[in-house]
Amino acid sequence: MASPDNAQGSGTLAMAGAGPAPKPKHAAAHHERPAPLFGRAAVPFFTPGVIVIAALAAAGLIVLGVRLVFGLGAVTHLNNQYPWGIWIGIDVATGVALAAGGFTTAFVAHILNHERYHVLVRPALLTAMLGYTFVALGVCVDLGRYYNIWHVLMPQMWQGNSALFEVGMCVCCYLTVLYLEFMPIVCERFRGHVNLPGLLAGLNKPLETLLRLLDNTLGATMNFFIIMGVVLSCAHQSSLGTLMVIAPSKLHPLWHTAILPLQFLLSAFAVGLSMVVFESLLASRSLKRAPEMSVLSPLARMIPFLLTVYFAAKVIDMANRGTWKYLETFSLRSVSWSVEVIVGIFIPVAILLSHRLRRKAAWLFSAAAMVVFGVALNRFNVFIIGYTPPYGTKAYIPAWTEVLLTAGFIALLVLIYRLFIFLFPILPEEEGAKHV
Amino acid sequence: MVTRREFLKYTGVAAGTAALAATGAEASAGKTHLDPERIGVLADLTLCIGCRRCEWGCAEQNKLPHGTLQSYDDLTVLKEERRPDETRLTVINRYPAPTWREQPLDVKVQCLHCEKPACVSACIVGALEKNPKGPVTYDAWKCIGCRYCMVACPFQIPAYEYDNALTPKVMKCTLCSERTLKDGKQPACVEICPREALVYGKREQLLELAHERINQRPDRYHPEVMGEHTVGGTSWLLLGDRPATEYGIPELPNQSPAVLTETIQHGVFRGFTGPLMIFGLLSVLMKSSTDKRKPGEGDDQDGEDHHG
Repeated sequence: MASPDNAQGSGTLAMAGAGPAPKPKHAAAHHERPAPLFGRAAVPFFTPGVIVIAALAAAGLIVLGVRLVFGLGAVTHLNNQYPWGIWIGIDVATGVALAAGGFTTAFVAHILNHERYHVLVRPALLTAMLGYTFVALGVCVDLGRYYNIWHVLMPQMWQGNSALFEVGMCVCCYLTVLYLEFMPIVCERFRGHVNLPGLLAGLNKPLETLLRLLDNTLGATMNFFIIMGVVLSCAHQSSLGTLMVIAPSKLHPLWHTAILPLQFLLSAFAVGLSMVVFESLLASRSLKRAPEMSVLSPLARMIPFLLTVYFAAKVIDMANRGTWKYLETFSLRSVSWSVEVIVGIFIPVAILLSHRLRRKAAWLFSAAAMVVFGVALNRFNVFIIGYTPPYGTKAYIPAWTEVLLTAGFIALLVLIYRLFIFLFPILPEEEGAKHV
Repeated sequence: MVTRREFLKYTGVAAGTAALAATGAEASAGKTHLDPERIGVLADLTLCIGCRRCEWGCAEQNKLPHGTLQSYDDLTVLKEERRPDETRLTVINRYPAPTWREQPLDVKVQCLHCEKPACVSACIVGALEKNPKGPVTYDAWKCIGCRYCMVACPFQIPAYEYDNALTPKVMKCTLCSERTLKDGKQPACVEICPREALVYGKREQLLELAHERINQRPDRYHPEVMGEHTVGGTSWLLLGDRPATEYGIPELPNQSPAVLTETIQHGVFRGFTGPLMIFGLLSVLMKSSTDKRKPGEGDDQDGEDHHG
């Protein structure tokens, strides 16, 4: 009984309450239940594209090795003027924003309880889980004394004034919540057929018991974790914006504002849903599956609204501070701000407001990709482009090794994502004959 | 279904953890803990001749790479603006005289030891601390190397040992806290200064002295003491013949940048009211949406686009 139950609602036993009460089954009418892709995918695990990605990941890991042995100075162009480079600006700040799909989907599918979006929850959850794992890894790579990361958790070293402390704690808790939310999927996959070979066979029984225990406990408490995940996300998405508020004399006035945390939160809402659409369409393409337009189009309907709210928070604040004047001069920063707004907000809003375009995969994909690009650029602007130290004698241009490590980590993430959808029940089984 | 009892249970757990965390936040938010007798240094830049002996004394004291004292006689380095870094915690910069009648101004640059330091507020593990007696100190053992202090510092002072693979440190002047606070001695740079351009003492008294000098020689000094109010005040006080912005100090407000971020942080998280309210709201929303959408109904009621 338990396993089809899990299968349907995102592996979260959505409304199961205290007991394994029967859940609505009608979602299955639209979409088959999730299942691992191995053996039923239209494409093999390894394709030429995947091999290129694997090579990139390997190159990134080599840079990581060099960084560990020879230090940050050997592989980065960081200096005393620019203490934070792309590892913070992209791997961490942008990574957190783009992993917002997890909590936005959880909100729409579970808290607002829109059944039809349940099919998106597992892919979004997987993205968030892997995304945040890589954010944590990205932080560790950038830390001078990565082996001291546990200090953040020690109450005697807690530093409640630091926005970074808040981000660190929340990300840590949220990562735990994400792993817990993912556990039912692991249980569903293995419960009832743990079959270790040879000497390990003795572990089969205890493992089964553990899985059953986990499954039942999580089933009863999952609502708490779902809500907790959303609260924690709101908290750290905004605190990520608070980070740069402490440097008013360094962050360019086009971006520095006391409401940066609010802007970060609002943009996270918009980019979260966009990322789900973007990824779903990308995965359909790569796996030669039919795009899930019946779910994605209605979901995308919310994005223009969220973007407009975000844009309002940006514009009203700028009018309030009178920072329009910085857009009058042609500079890297004014151009970067304009691209962020035009490509990241105006064009996608125009596309997504159209009922007709929203239902065409190519248009929907372009619009979602533009929102993702716009918010990513915003984070990049806040942490890198807009950072203007008073004694900036030398511009920061990332070293090729920095770029390679970032690219390698993203490649590794994509690879693990692919591995997971092949191994675990993440994507729904398609009603046959839908292959493109 | 989420039963009412369960909902209350969840909220209770969250409230409990929140209360615990809140006490920590309140404690660290504490108002000024500074000792009225705290120390500082008054740098009368008009007396400085740019001999760079303080640079040598500092390097010697902090066991940083340095040549002989004679090697510091090379004054050609003063031609360009230098910054303190991980190998030298203080440097002298020479700013040319505005007219031929006047003197150039030699300016000693190092951590100014803010009264409300942004680096301390930013530090995630409390490795940087404002000692109530004045110095902003650094505990390398606690440090995780995130370099947020460097982002936060309005004077761009902390430097980092990027080339140290295993135990890199944040490097900055500590006001010789080992010497000053433990042994009751003067900072190394003050001790070695041949012109008495640097005066070590209690900050309050140094401020009086500075204003006395300004009042006695208003022609010689700019009327403002750099460090009296800037970013909420600093332990180092600079007396110059021109506005501080003309000798390399950035234009900064009189409030520490940490005030705004701490207000935001504690405003949002005070007693965890904000997060708790969101938690409560979401719980109610979840419950009502579950009740509304009974099994079998689906969510087709919300309009367009449902034809797949």
